[in-house]
Amino acid sequence: MQTLDPLAGPIAPGVLSKTEQELRTAFLEEIERIPGGGRLNQCIQCGTCTASCPVSHAMDITPRQVIAMFRAGAIEELLESRTIWLCASCYHCTLRCPAQIQVTDLIYALKRIAIEEGIFPKRFPVHVMSETFTSNVKRYGRNYEVGLLLRYFLKTKPLGLFHRRRAGYALWRHGRIKLRPDKIRNIEQLQKIIAKAETFDLPQEKVAREKITAAVGYESIGR
Amino acid sequence: MDERYTYYPGCSLHATGIAYDKSMRAVFDKLGSNLAELDDWNCCGATAYMSVQKTVAFAVSARNLALAELAGDDVVAPCSACYYALKHTREGIADDPELRAQVEAALAEGGLEADFTVEVRHPLEVLLTDIGIPRLVAAQTNSLEEFRPACYYGCQIVRPFGAVEEDPELPMSMENLFTALGARPVDYPPKVRCCGGMLVATMPDVATDLSMDLVDWAIAREANCIVTVCPLCQSNLDLINVTKGTNGKSHQLPVLYFTQLIGLAIGCTPEEVGMGHALIPTSAKAPPVRGEPLTIAGLREG
Repeated sequence: MQTLDPLAGPIAPGVLSKTEQELRTAFLEEIERIPGGGRLNQCIQCGTCTASCPVSHAMDITPRQVIAMFRAGAIEELLESRTIWLCASCYHCTLRCPAQIQVTDLIYALKRIAIEEGIFPKRFPVHVMSETFTSNVKRYGRNYEVGLLLRYFLKTKPLGLFHRRRAGYALWRHGRIKLRPDKIRNIEQLQKIIAKAETFDLPQEKVAREKITAAVGYESIGR
Repeated sequence: MDERYTYYPGCSLHATGIAYDKSMRAVFDKLGSNLAELDDWNCCGATAYMSVQKTVAFAVSARNLALAELAGDDVVAPCSACYYALKHTREGIADDPELRAQVEAALAEGGLEADFTVEVRHPLEVLLTDIGIPRLVAAQTNSLEEFRPACYYGCQIVRPFGAVEEDPELPMSMENLFTALGARPVDYPPKVRCCGGMLVATMPDVATDLSMDLVDWAIAREANCIVTVCPLCQSNLDLINVTKGTNGKSHQLPVLYFTQLIGLAIGCTPEEVGMGHALIPTSAKAPPVRGEPLTIAGLREG
């Protein structure tokens, strides 16, 4: 196999921003904790994930490109794409990947990094849904569909409520809308569990890094 | 019979999926199996929690497993997302000692401990394995010969943890079950495709296309109803019935839970299986007459 000098020419710009360095480190830390997460470097770019994805037609970056872009060192761009927030977690890519890459779990890892780093696509506040959901669970112990949707739409696009009035009315008329949230009895217990678990998830203290000269892709993170 | 299960309904089955809850209870009751709701269960975390915090997502879900372990019986989770989240937690903790230690520490804060040995199962598999088709057929009071269901499995009971051991690209368990009960399931190629899931709220155009496509397929295959295993799939597909298509009309295709159809076949009343919660009228006016082929209002002609 021909070896290329990763530091030479247009293949390797050679300089990574501090953010990009941090993002790569965070991403790798996340994926290494997923069983089989290290298999990412087995990707042969066959496109089975993209072909299997029911929403790839609506994505700006396809699932195959997600992995390619990581290897090209463009995680910030990835986090700014709509792709990760379009994933509906159907697991078809994961089922079919010939290299057994856990594509869905990788996208979850990207979502968590996006939320932690506060990097989102412009005018596309879909992440608010997940955050609203988790705050509901912390408060009541259960998810409250009406509250979730109301808060989501009021925070992001109030007109969305108007567009869904027919659906909402139909569900209400057939007794499928609950007007009060269910709260679990032992909410304090759940909150204690969550508080403790959060200590394992809190972002690590970030070490300020100088801009470094590094190759793109795996060499930039030492592999 | 004396099967005992710990029932984990999940949040949806207390709201949009209330018909699934009613029909689950009715079917297990009719078959003489004990379905005891897990006391003070909390949200499984679904697909949303994993997007925000990983260890917390596992810990939230693990509280349910710890409570279920105290009860001792297998957990039955009808909602596909709950089934997946609970199963994923159980398997994830078994595979990863570091995660296990963190989750155990979190549970300990709440005074709970767990071995994570409790089984997580989906009712489709329970009905097929523990009860079995012969017993369902023996309990049958009405034939389903009027029904030509499109059996729709969706995503998370098939992938990545198959609830029923079968080909994840072409499951046949519901077809086999309903054929045994006299129905004539249609060939339904998109049976494991995604309905759009939570995108119905966040990206409605994308989700509606996916759901509409599933309904169009069913109609093209001359199904007269769709049978689902998941409350979100049911809601998404049922909402297509109140969504106007490009021709200004909406589809009228009943979307039933598999437990509703089984319930009716074994002599539960339409009220008991929650037929009135469907968004288009699908409820039979009277209880099925024993021995008569079963039918419901709203079955698609053709």
